[in-house]
Amino acid sequence: MPDAAPQIFGLSTEVIGVWIATFLTLAIFSFLYRDNPVYKLAEHIFVGVSAGYGVVIVYHEAVIPLLINPLFRPELADLESPNYIVIIPGLLGLMMFSRFFPRYDWLSRWPIAFVMGLSSGLAIPATVQTNLLPQLYATLNPILPLGDIDPWTATSNFLLVVGVICTLAYFYFSREHAGALGVASRIGIFFLMVAFGASFGNTVMARVSLLIGRFQFLYYDWWQGQVMRLFGG
Amino acid sequence: MPLVITFLAGLFMAVQFFVPHEIGVTVYRGMLDWAMIVASFALVLGISSLLRTHWEKIRRRRRDWPYSIVAIVSFFLMCIVGIGYGHQPGTVFYWIFDYIQVPLDATMFSLLAFFIASAAVRTFRARSVEATLLLVAAIFVMLGRVPSALLVMLGDTGVGQWLYDFMPDASEWVMNVPTVAGKRGIIFGVSLGVIATALRIILGIERSHLGGGGGGGAVGP
Repeated sequence: MPDAAPQIFGLSTEVIGVWIATFLTLAIFSFLYRDNPVYKLAEHIFVGVSAGYGVVIVYHEAVIPLLINPLFRPELADLESPNYIVIIPGLLGLMMFSRFFPRYDWLSRWPIAFVMGLSSGLAIPATVQTNLLPQLYATLNPILPLGDIDPWTATSNFLLVVGVICTLAYFYFSREHAGALGVASRIGIFFLMVAFGASFGNTVMARVSLLIGRFQFLYYDWWQGQVMRLFGG
Repeated sequence: MPLVITFLAGLFMAVQFFVPHEIGVTVYRGMLDWAMIVASFALVLGISSLLRTHWEKIRRRRRDWPYSIVAIVSFFLMCIVGIGYGHQPGTVFYWIFDYIQVPLDATMFSLLAFFIASAAVRTFRARSVEATLLLVAAIFVMLGRVPSALLVMLGDTGVGQWLYDFMPDASEWVMNVPTVAGKRGIIFGVSLGVIATALRIILGIERSHLGGGGGGGAVGP
């Protein structure tokens, strides 16, 4: 397949990219030996590039389409005339910068109050609709092996209900965990431990999967794709 | 004034959800855009803090200060190419993202595989019923994801083959029943906590985000 990537000094940007990515990958892996200058270099490049990435994405996805275009280039925002109302959030945003001037830093509380109020108001119905009720519905399953429900499914559903109730009992701190509440909270701990163990196992597998991905990159993209080609392999 | 702004903004967003009128929906979407605009300015504050930290390190010639130059140069390089020349596929910004940021990000997180494994060896000792449950659940999930590991460990024997067939289903059951039960209990608690905190913020009881310090500090004009 012909190499369609642009060239710099006769080298494809793709080839340069693979070599740089390889260097950075190995630089990060070098931390497994111990902290060293090459790792620190890669680490600081990562910090700078990630922060820059965030700024660029916010600039192109929020500032330009929501503030600049409606004000100065309405035709790009599908508007017939400038939308001057966006000056209000623009001013609120500028008030954030009053933090740089201690005498006027109280002004920054207004935009913070606005964003906090908005997100708090949004959080209430959103949490009820996306977390609380769906999870409640999903817990209310048949626990008796009747009709289409086989005994194994019924047992699993029963365990699920018991697990949820006992886990909630563990988090109920308004009464001493003694008697029935103590037994329930103890069972709740067992369910929590299984949940934590499973989450840990999942996390390990996700990290191992990433590691395999990096080794695949080093082997296929760099070793086979670049080094072997360079030496005519 | 900040408390009034918080109350009005919060009340509108909470109530609007239950009033799906066209005007309400339009204002609701406008408010979300406003929040994004304000939040984008807040990002500048965060970035300025990062740059100031590195700048101070360079100015005072603190330990490892040359790396701070690397961080600042990388940041400005990314901003210049991204803002000046766009962020679509085929641009320099996209090239940096593909060949610098993605490999660094993936390798940094893959490094955790080594540390998490060594941490597991040290912590996963079956000293109590709870620790044993934690250990067994983690092993079930890990082996269930890669059952071929059992064939490598035990060979293609009767037990190995049986475990190879059994482990994915067992792992699936552990994930779907006891794990879901435990996590659901946590989600219920977190959800109720989110609602309670949101109400406290809207009603002005919680003011720490304004610098008022918890329940009842002064919040200025």
